[in-house]
Amino acid sequence: MEDLIKIKGLSKSFKKLTVVKNLTTNFAGGERIALIGQNGAGKTTLIRCILGQYVFDGQLDVLGMNPRTHRKEILQEVGFVPQTPPPLKMTVKELLEFIAKITNTEKDKFRELSHSMGLNIEDNLSKPFFKLSGGMKQKLLIAFALGRNPKILLMDEPSANLDPAAREILFSKLKEFSKNALMILSSHRMSELSTLVNRVVEMDLGEITIDKKVN
Amino acid sequence: MDKSIIEITILDVRQNLRSRWFWVYSLLFGGFVAIMFAMGITESQIIGFVGLSRLMVTFMQVSMVILPIYVLISTVRSVVGDRESNVMEYILSLPVSFTGYFWGKFIGRFIVIYVPVFIALLGAAIWGTITNIDVPWNLFTYYSFLLGAMVFCFLGIGMFISAIARSQDMAVSSAFIIWLILVAFLDLLLMGIMLKMRMNPEIVIGVGMINPLQVFRTAVLALFDPKLTVMGPASYYILDIVTRNVFIVFAIAYPVLLGALLGILGNRHFNKNDII
Repeated sequence: MEDLIKIKGLSKSFKKLTVVKNLTTNFAGGERIALIGQNGAGKTTLIRCILGQYVFDGQLDVLGMNPRTHRKEILQEVGFVPQTPPPLKMTVKELLEFIAKITNTEKDKFRELSHSMGLNIEDNLSKPFFKLSGGMKQKLLIAFALGRNPKILLMDEPSANLDPAAREILFSKLKEFSKNALMILSSHRMSELSTLVNRVVEMDLGEITIDKKVN
Repeated sequence: MDKSIIEITILDVRQNLRSRWFWVYSLLFGGFVAIMFAMGITESQIIGFVGLSRLMVTFMQVSMVILPIYVLISTVRSVVGDRESNVMEYILSLPVSFTGYFWGKFIGRFIVIYVPVFIALLGAAIWGTITNIDVPWNLFTYYSFLLGAMVFCFLGIGMFISAIARSQDMAVSSAFIIWLILVAFLDLLLMGIMLKMRMNPEIVIGVGMINPLQVFRTAVLALFDPKLTVMGPASYYILDIVTRNVFIVFAIAYPVLLGALLGILGNRHFNKNDII
């Protein structure tokens, strides 16, 4: 399948500290990648480069475009779940409306997905997002990411705030996720992702140390 | 127009309407006008101002004290605060342009800061009409533009600081220092000293003309006869050199241009650097 993300000699430094070092790899449609590694390995930095949030050295093409100069076009096709849910002060209703408008997605898609993960959006519409429990926030963010049918799905520790039951549901949803899309799941633990992925990329100190296909 | 500017503006306005600071701030200005009416300020006469003119001049002088520092402190946290709290990481993972995010916040802030002040001034004019006090509509229009220009200017300064600061503490400290410098270069403080030390008046006027607070202070009183005791030495010199009409246009155009320039620079920095 077509490479959706092409990385060649990608480096990212913060002052004198190089966090991602001369990375070269490609991620293709249909790949389900476990991006694993210790804290500080460079996983989140790589994801933020893909999202166009960091200036970087080297070459990085997402859907054939530079993520710094074509952010809106790229991000229209990217679903993202952050490691830590942001403390958004807006209500769930406002957030739902905002994301639906900005991504041109029907609100019902997000509602349906939330319901299927055990979160009744209607009961929480008037609550500020930051006042939801950790699990509720995570489910909502996952619904926003999956509901858009993105070509690329980036999830940074997606199951960190979920209880075992919700984790099961999430993984079943991810298994149903479009076969042509690219999915990158960042995690400390390979064990919980093993049934879900077909490629494992391990990073350590900003470099790829293991890159292998798995069944 | 970038759709994300409108969406971020709506989001910012909605969020601010729910926050406590917005209502305290609105009540402060609305309450101030109500108190001035209740205290009979429109019936008093001080330094030539009477009726609603007197009330509006007092309102503007209070605004000059409160608004700049208020705008700065409340604005400088916006971008850097979102950065520190991971809000920015999420919002900017959506198809929202950097420019849309920055100017959406800018416009949203302008609306929530300017509208309550304008409504307080308009409320005074409406109450004046109801109670048969002559309403100086020219003054009302001029002061409305002047307030808008000042809010825009300090928003530009605040958003610029917020875009380049790496932490909220640094942003707030920088805003406070800038405000102190601007206050220090007002007529009554350093400008007075500079004139007393017989510095070249053109330098003094130049310093006065680039200080938006000084421009505002002079502009508030520019429609009335300049009296040295009221206006301060720099204002006196400024109005002695340029005609009043030229200064009125300058007093509105300059802060808007300064705010826009700093906004553009802040946005440029935001676009060209790591956002987290």
